[in-house]
Amino acid sequence: MSFDVPTDRRYLESHEWTTTDGDTVRIGITDFAQDELGDVVFVELPDVGSEVTAEAEFGVVESIKAVSDLLSPVSGTVTAVNEDLFDAPELLNQDPYGDGWMLEVEPSDESEFDDLLTADEYRDNVE
Amino acid sequence: MGLRKPPLRETHASRGASFTEFGGWEMPVEFDSISTEHAAVRESAGLFDVSHMGEIEVSGPDATALLNRLTTNDVTELDPGDTQYACITDADGIILDDTVVFRLPDDAGPRYLFVPNAGHDEEMYERWVDHRDERGLDATVRNTTEEWAMLALQGPDATNLAADATNGATRDVDRFEASFLEVAGVRSLASRTGYTGEDGFEFLCPWDEVETVWSAFDCQPCGLGARDTLRLEMGFLLSGQDFDPEDEPRTPYEAGIAWTVDLDTSFVGRDALERVEREGIDERFRGVRLLERGVPRHGYEVVDADGDHLGHLTSGTMSPTLGEPIGLGYLAADEAPPGTRVRVVVRGEPKQAKVVSPPFIDK
Repeated sequence: MSFDVPTDRRYLESHEWTTTDGDTVRIGITDFAQDELGDVVFVELPDVGSEVTAEAEFGVVESIKAVSDLLSPVSGTVTAVNEDLFDAPELLNQDPYGDGWMLEVEPSDESEFDDLLTADEYRDNVE
Repeated sequence: MGLRKPPLRETHASRGASFTEFGGWEMPVEFDSISTEHAAVRESAGLFDVSHMGEIEVSGPDATALLNRLTTNDVTELDPGDTQYACITDADGIILDDTVVFRLPDDAGPRYLFVPNAGHDEEMYERWVDHRDERGLDATVRNTTEEWAMLALQGPDATNLAADATNGATRDVDRFEASFLEVAGVRSLASRTGYTGEDGFEFLCPWDEVETVWSAFDCQPCGLGARDTLRLEMGFLLSGQDFDPEDEPRTPYEAGIAWTVDLDTSFVGRDALERVEREGIDERFRGVRLLERGVPRHGYEVVDADGDHLGHLTSGTMSPTLGEPIGLGYLAADEAPPGTRVRVVVRGEPKQAKVVSPPFIDK
């Protein structure tokens, strides 16, 4: 089975993606992750203004069958949370790279991007 | 040791199933999505491969006596073609397994088949043989787990689908009864049983002919994921999770299935269970509905408003039918009857919940 791995973003081995767009970055989970989880039924995310740390847990995603921790690709301050996911967690299955985004973060250490996987490197990990 | 594989393993793989290990077997967990499969069973029909369930056949002059010694229910109540839910307990009355006993519908004298849970077949076979030998009983015991495949057709459309595939023969099979008949030409034991809360059938058919039987039903294939959410909505126990002689030792009274215990028979564990019936139980299997956002899971603690321990959950999920978080577990019998407001501790946070008496849905 092949999974969508867009080349316009970077990845963690634990299946989170991030895109950078000027001052803030967006964070979500990959197509592979949502497929592995199955029907997503619950998402727990941090509040706006809280701090996240690279490769540390920032929230939880639950499917009918499993609970998974979410790890942040970067460190920084949360500037926005996708509140649509609280009422419609299935957006994570339907559009993990678009409407299923999770957080926007103002990163505190740009050099952390260098440690993230490219699309090709991430694809090698999941295929 | 490698995982045991059901005979339809490759058929399921080619249909795109994902697999999981369950009771030492590699079984399909999901074909399309758990919610799709769950909805099919509640609204139309779904077909499960449950060939990981064990089968033990018991025959001979003392077959009835042997079963009555090792199961908690009274098999002498069974006529040919009847089925019966029962527990298998140890001397302390702890559930080792739960099972369905079939009295096979043939004339060759009392002949039984019972269905241990996945991975328990060898242990149950040895238990039966050892007990037979200790008591000097005249009975033949065979572990036929890898001779019989087992499929479950469940849902409101199941009766019509089953009738179509059997030239109407299943129309004569009543609830909790079993009959030998042909499914698409394959001789099978069809029983009006299942574990989803829906009407339906289970078919035991020869291991090497199961492909024909599987293909005879045009409906949604379902995996163990949907089977788990369906049984959970009904409050049905899952072996190894809601009871387990090592990790969750429970009597049938605690597990809410005291009706499987007939104290008028003389079975292993009877005296211990008579004591439990007389003295009462400290904890009882209950349902909880979460009243806040979150998902209850196996192992989560249940506390009262002061944070004092009331029990713990053994199963939980987001109910696909209700869209609400539900759980099952053992709670203090006196302090947490149905209707009690409790807290389920979800990753350190006590969430409001209410104790209920399963099933969670009206079936």
